[in-house]
Amino acid sequence: MLLIHCPYCEDSLPELEFTYAGEAHIARPADPSALSDEEWRDFLFIRTNARGPHYERWRHIGCGRFFNAIRDTVSDRFLTTYKAGEPRRPLTNEAAE
Amino acid sequence: MMTSQKHDFAAAAIRIEDAAPALRLSLRVKPAHRDAVGRALGLDLPARVGQRAQAGDIQALCLGPDEWLIAAPEGAPLADAARAVYADAPHSLVDISDREITLRLSGPAVLDLLAACCPRNLAAMAVGSAARTVFDSATVILWRDGPADFRMDVWRSFAPHVRSLLAQAQAEIAAGL
Repeated sequence: MLLIHCPYCEDSLPELEFTYAGEAHIARPADPSALSDEEWRDFLFIRTNARGPHYERWRHIGCGRFFNAIRDTVSDRFLTTYKAGEPRRPLTNEAAE
Repeated sequence: MMTSQKHDFAAAAIRIEDAAPALRLSLRVKPAHRDAVGRALGLDLPARVGQRAQAGDIQALCLGPDEWLIAAPEGAPLADAARAVYADAPHSLVDISDREITLRLSGPAVLDLLAACCPRNLAAMAVGSAARTVFDSATVILWRDGPADFRMDVWRSFAPHVRSLLAQAQAEIAAGL
C-alpha cells in the first residue's frame, strides 16, 4: 500500500487514511468583489493540471490536518510533504531526494 | 438420547466486548494554552500525536496538534475545572460521550482481526499509545492497552457495520481461514 508521510504525525501511514483536497498554494483573493469575472473564474476553476510534480493539498484523518504535498502525477510518487502555511517548496531539491 | 457438541474451538483467540459507558470529551486548545488547561484538568497533556497521559481514571490522548480526547468515568467534574481557566486559556471542551461506543478487543489473534479492515501497521504501534485511523472507511480510535489488548472507539452510526465486519473476521479466524 502507498504510504504517505504526515508532517504533523511525523509518520508514514497508509494512503487510506488520507484524502486528496485539491491543488495547493491557491490564495483566496483579499478583496473578491474587486476582481473581474475572468479573474474570479481563474481563482475558482482554473488549475495547473500538471503532468509530473504537482503541488497539492491532502488531509490526514488521524490528526485532522490539511498539509501540502508534492506528488508526481505520472508515477503517483510523493516527493515530499510539508505543513500547511509553509511556503511553496522548490522542486529541484525534492526531486533529487 | 440426543447429544450435542458445542464447538468452542479458538473461542479464546479473540474476545469482543462492549465497554461500559464513559465520559468522553473533545478538547481543542492552542498549544500556547495547553499547559494551563492541562493543569486545570489535572493532566499533563501530551504534545505528540498518538501519545497518551493518565492521571487516576482519567486518560488524555493527543489526536492532533491542537486536539485531545479525554476519557474518564461518567460524572467526572472536568467541565467545571476547565471552565475556571477559560478566561485565561480559551478552549473548546465538548461532551461527545454519546457519539461513540467503545469495544474492547483482546486475545492472541486480535492483530489478525484488526488487520482484516484496518490499513495501519498495528503490530508496530507502541503499547500505551493510540491513534485515530479507519476501519473499512469508518473512522475509529484505537487504543493499544497491551500487546493483544485494544479498545476501539467507533461512532454509533457506524457501529452495526463495524460489528458485523468484526464478527465475520472473528468467524473466519476461528475457522482457521
